[in-house]
Amino acid sequence: MRKTLDNRAWFLVLPVFALVAFNAIIPLMTVVNYSVQDVFDATHRSFVGADWYRAMLRSSRLQNALGRQFLFSALVLLIELPLGVGIALVMPKKGGWATSLTMVLVALPLLIPWNVIGTIWVVFLRPDIGLLGHFIDHTLGIHFDYPTVPSQAWISVVLMEAWHWTPLVALLAYAGLRAIPDAYYQAARIDGASGWAVFRYIELPKMRGVLTIAVLLRFMDSFLIYTEPFVLTGGGPGDSTTFLSIYLVKLAIGEFDVGSAGAFSIIYFLIVLALSYVFYQALQRVGTGEAK
Amino acid sequence: MKTRSRIAALVAYLVLLMLPIYWMLNMSLRDNNDIMSQLAFAPLHPTLHNYAVILTDPSWYLGYVNSFAYVSMNTVITLVVALPAAYAFSRYRFLGDKHLFFWLLTNRMAPAAVFLLPVFQLYSTLGLIDHYIAVALAHTLFNVPLAVWILEGFMSGVPREIDETAFIDGYSLPRFFLTVFIPLIRAGVGVTAFFCFMFSWVELLFARTLTITEAKPIAAVMTRTVSASGLDWGLLAAGGILTIVPGALVIYFVRNYIAKGFALGRV
Repeated sequence: MRKTLDNRAWFLVLPVFALVAFNAIIPLMTVVNYSVQDVFDATHRSFVGADWYRAMLRSSRLQNALGRQFLFSALVLLIELPLGVGIALVMPKKGGWATSLTMVLVALPLLIPWNVIGTIWVVFLRPDIGLLGHFIDHTLGIHFDYPTVPSQAWISVVLMEAWHWTPLVALLAYAGLRAIPDAYYQAARIDGASGWAVFRYIELPKMRGVLTIAVLLRFMDSFLIYTEPFVLTGGGPGDSTTFLSIYLVKLAIGEFDVGSAGAFSIIYFLIVLALSYVFYQALQRVGTGEAK
Repeated sequence: MKTRSRIAALVAYLVLLMLPIYWMLNMSLRDNNDIMSQLAFAPLHPTLHNYAVILTDPSWYLGYVNSFAYVSMNTVITLVVALPAAYAFSRYRFLGDKHLFFWLLTNRMAPAAVFLLPVFQLYSTLGLIDHYIAVALAHTLFNVPLAVWILEGFMSGVPREIDETAFIDGYSLPRFFLTVFIPLIRAGVGVTAFFCFMFSWVELLFARTLTITEAKPIAAVMTRTVSASGLDWGLLAAGGILTIVPGALVIYFVRNYIAKGFALGRV
């Protein structure tokens, strides 16, 4: 769309700018402040330059948390994307009560407060009173104790995450599918195309836009995840499910090591910023490349 | 795929999806001794005792009032500032517009954990801790960028000619915006309000950090009360179920718009 050049438009964005700047820039400057100082108490502090940054970049705990974070985000994408697309394909196409009911049920996990999500799974996975925990422990006979076994803690966190967020991918993919005109399917039927061919050459290309957004959203949000795994495992056993945000909060509030936490915050923020930029560019390309 | 197997797959998924929530519901209808004594797929001695406790004890039900208060304030503030900004982004080019838009979006993607401590210090300096407005303002950090993004998508779908005709007819910008333009994109405003509600309702890290007692959200009240009374699972489950209800109601009202909102791909 052609747009008029008019710098007075700044007056319209000024409230947004002021509000977000208040919430983002002042706190960010506080963090920068911490990251270059050694704070002893309210009155004694000294400038230490880049010491905290050097220490954090060499910290094996940070490197491990970063590795876990990438592994977790990769698993999330690998599970949720195919599953979400599959669900979107079987969701009813026509309107009516069945569609409404499906929409409400699928969207439900998205509107549960995040710590309640954690609580639901803590209960669900308990071997004594939880359905799934009881099923694995008693019916399958596998000793199940996710708070002490790292591999089980990982499976639990990934399972919870897939349960919680696959609906978002499904709803996005469903919206993409609904936007395909019926004529495409009729043409495919006349050509005698197989179900797979319809999916591969009509549905998948048409879903490219929404799926790109699904990838970006799921990657970013899983990269920032905090509340749900914190409630479920507390980052344990040991450090085995300590993702970046959990580690950061441990440092800043648990150990009150504000220097390290400040430097960590800036490093974390720069990683997110770099990734956002790459994704934003990809998104812009999808936006212009596709005739929407 | 055959229709029958499609339906079977869908039903299987929905059952698995609902199972953890059903389990919570099941537990909320039983008392603690009953829960600990045996595993049951349905409450054998159903009781509403847990719900009665929550709905008669102010330290519980005020949590809901608090959550609603800051979520609604956040939604209103977000819409009021985001509407004009989204209009500016969709209709005008101005100095630094692209950079500003990207900077806004980075805040949607910023880790809340990074801002936790400094945001707490900022709001305590201003004496806003434990007021609704603190949480409502803090949540604008991620809701305003999202709202601008969604609204800009809806507004770009409205042809410019409508604006130009209105201006020739002698409408001023504010009058045109309020009486003509906003009614045109009311579905977009609804979808935006839905997402603001959703993200403010589910967020807890800021909400818990910025409140002590007076404005504490229900989801935080839940964990605190439970740890004090020595894990009453039935009560915990009832509290959890009650936090799901508002979300379910909101989805029910916007169910026909969800797909449209998502279709814009702007969430």
